[in-house]
Amino acid sequence: MILSRRTLLLGGAGTLLAGCDRLNDSPTYRGLLRSSEGLTMRAQRLITSRDAMAREFDASDMSPVFRSNGTANPGTPDYNRLAAGNFADWRLTVDGLVSRPQSLSLHQISRMPRRTQITRHDCVEGWSAIGKWTGVPLALVLDQAGLRDEARYIVFHCMDRLGGRPYYESIDLIDAFHPQTILAWAMNDAILPIPNGAPLRLRVERQLGYKHAKYISRIEARATLAGLHGGQGGYWEDVADYEWYAGI
Amino acid sequence: MASLAPQVRRDNQPRVDDSAREIVKRHRWPVRLWHWVNALTVFVMLMSGLMIFNAHPRLYWGHYGANSDYAWLEIGSTRDAGFLRVGAVTIPTTGVLGYRTDANGQVNRRAFPGWATIPSTYSLSAGRRWHLAFAWVLTIGAIAYWIYLLAGRGRTRLFPRRAELRPGHVWGEVKDHARLRFATGAKALDYNVLQKVSYLGVIFVILPVVILTGLTMSPGMNAAWGWLIDLFGGRQSARSIHFICAFLLILFILVHLIMVLLAGPLNEVRAMITGWYRVPQARHKEAPAPVPPEETQP
Repeated sequence: MILSRRTLLLGGAGTLLAGCDRLNDSPTYRGLLRSSEGLTMRAQRLITSRDAMAREFDASDMSPVFRSNGTANPGTPDYNRLAAGNFADWRLTVDGLVSRPQSLSLHQISRMPRRTQITRHDCVEGWSAIGKWTGVPLALVLDQAGLRDEARYIVFHCMDRLGGRPYYESIDLIDAFHPQTILAWAMNDAILPIPNGAPLRLRVERQLGYKHAKYISRIEARATLAGLHGGQGGYWEDVADYEWYAGI
Repeated sequence: MASLAPQVRRDNQPRVDDSAREIVKRHRWPVRLWHWVNALTVFVMLMSGLMIFNAHPRLYWGHYGANSDYAWLEIGSTRDAGFLRVGAVTIPTTGVLGYRTDANGQVNRRAFPGWATIPSTYSLSAGRRWHLAFAWVLTIGAIAYWIYLLAGRGRTRLFPRRAELRPGHVWGEVKDHARLRFATGAKALDYNVLQKVSYLGVIFVILPVVILTGLTMSPGMNAAWGWLIDLFGGRQSARSIHFICAFLLILFILVHLIMVLLAGPLNEVRAMITGWYRVPQARHKEAPAPVPPEETQP
């Protein structure tokens, strides 16, 4: 479309706004905006040590109500059957680029060394809630499976579907081996409730809420995110162009 | 090229007639560049910020805050009306905030209307892409300008002299502004004390606070710089302060644009584009009270 100078002058603010929308639809311009995501990630990683910890709070700081977001109940026949049996038949598969693929029951996971942390959950929408999480450090599960040298990303496959697509998320090894990155099976001193991701969810405390995959059934180590679903490394990344690096 | 402004300005004799009709270089290139980059950047930041706010149009104090917690500010809608609530005060805003009906009779319950957001249709992810990319432009520009101001001569133009801060002088400026009596001649080349305080407030208070509260909302930055959380009293407090700063910026821009219109938009805009400024002539005999010379040149 050709914009004459007259149109620009007459259109004034309206044209400016329409221009923003048109820019927003341009793949080239979107690419330019997206390049700042890499800049942000590199800058944050530059000033953050690998083990820099997210703030941990006191029990008195906790939110009275920890709201649920996204899927409140996967509700599929398979999930309903697992939930009816208190997830006794559920297994966590750990596969992909690992030397010793794993199939772990909830009982096995809950008997592994645990970490409890009271942290703030920050939703990309803007709200925050402080809750208490207990689970096994992801690093222990990955070490048990023996990560191969080619592995660069850890993918979390989930049991819930949104708009017909399975939910999934991924993080890199820096976050995967962070001491506060845990697979939580308890929240606020109780078994993890279904709205918050039962039987197992990820806590990756230095990133926003949508990275914290719920209803996990499989953990896959991969060399690349390309070729998996939409290729952007997560459900929201694929369907709505949310940032893969959600540290801000 | 040396600016004429400092020489004229330091001479506090009210020789209005001498400098009338004179064209002087008023704004140096870093000032002009920063001004226009910011005009674009702040416009994008404010409108993409309102888009992000629309995703959760409630503000809280403290570390946490979500739907079941008390919000000190909320934009929302009842069945058929929009409202803005601040504390215990609820203001009906149907048609503007929280509830509006478009030409096709479609009801839209977004907090801020499409004409105020980037993009104009709801997309939190696109709003974030714009906001977080332009945040780099804003921050790098701000750091460069702080260095320029503190290391260079710009400082002498922006920081008020002690005599200018005397209540009598400030009150005189307020009265002149209220009567729309603008400085002429040599005095017009100097920022008045109200301008200086506003510009300093924006550059050294609102700008750093808006950048730091923005960073405080980042879970990654919280791990790197935990002191940010303590500085602002929690992530949700930082979000509230971020929003308040945005509205102070809108207020500043409105007053700024009104003053440009009143002071002579062509001359003012040309000065900010080319640097060259036509010194306004006195329109009446009595010049505003000059700053006493013994105070300005100790």
